[in-house]
Amino acid sequence: MLKRLVPHPLLTLLIVVVWILLNGVSWGSALLGLVLGVAIPRFTSAYWPDRPRIRSPLMIVEYAAIVLWDIVVANFQVAYLILFRRGDTLRSRFVTVPLDLKTPEAITALAGTITMTPGTVSADLSGDGRALLVHCLETHDPEATVAAIKSRYETRLQRIFET
Amino acid sequence: MIGEIVITALIYLAAFFLFVGSLGLAKLPSLMQRLHGPTKATTLGIGSLLIASMLYFLLERGSLSIHELLITTFLFLTAPVTALMVANAHILRDTRDRKKLPPTGSAIGWAVIDGPPAEPSEQD
Repeated sequence: MLKRLVPHPLLTLLIVVVWILLNGVSWGSALLGLVLGVAIPRFTSAYWPDRPRIRSPLMIVEYAAIVLWDIVVANFQVAYLILFRRGDTLRSRFVTVPLDLKTPEAITALAGTITMTPGTVSADLSGDGRALLVHCLETHDPEATVAAIKSRYETRLQRIFET
Repeated sequence: MIGEIVITALIYLAAFFLFVGSLGLAKLPSLMQRLHGPTKATTLGIGSLLIASMLYFLLERGSLSIHELLITTFLFLTAPVTALMVANAHILRDTRDRKKLPPTGSAIGWAVIDGPPAEPSEQD
């Protein structure tokens, strides 16, 4: 009964909290937030057949810290490339990142992370979900870039979502 | 006083990175390269602008403003999706770039070109 009413309890909680933060703390916004928090997961549950399983919530904090730090570094690197290199001398290319991750949520998180961090944008996923297409702004060693993505982000996401 | 200096520094940093992001958009030669400017340089630009705004309301007005955190979150959620959509559209439109794509490493091709593999007929 409760499971049918609230198929994704964390999503419900998140919607309520975000709604209250957006509209100010009051009983009215809390109530409307609760209505939305129950309605939205129910109407969208067809697209969320499974609930993502978080194995180790503490790892998320570590992951977020690493990603935030990398974003700051990435900004300086990309700023340097844009300001001081001629565009046609950049060695930009696509690389394939083979995936060990299986769950869609983990792959989504990895693709988002790749787009936000050093000189890489994720461009596509293979049809079977086993490889990511990534565009590098500047790389002299594609294998090293792929290895860095896999060791720095993928192993951590694997510990968060799968293991 | 120190607060004002920090806020000013953050706003200058933000202006610098937003400028570099836009410059990259204008300067880099190919579409995929241009995509790098707005997805990254602007993240730190917008980020420090929002931190400056939070600090301003906290230090100068004495009220805690948390909308900035939400804006950051939404930005981090939407920017990769937008970049992915633009990249997908580019791969579909540009036949020369499409030929240069590396192989997927398996028999099944990239999703945007070949689509998902045919499911063994499953009734919904």
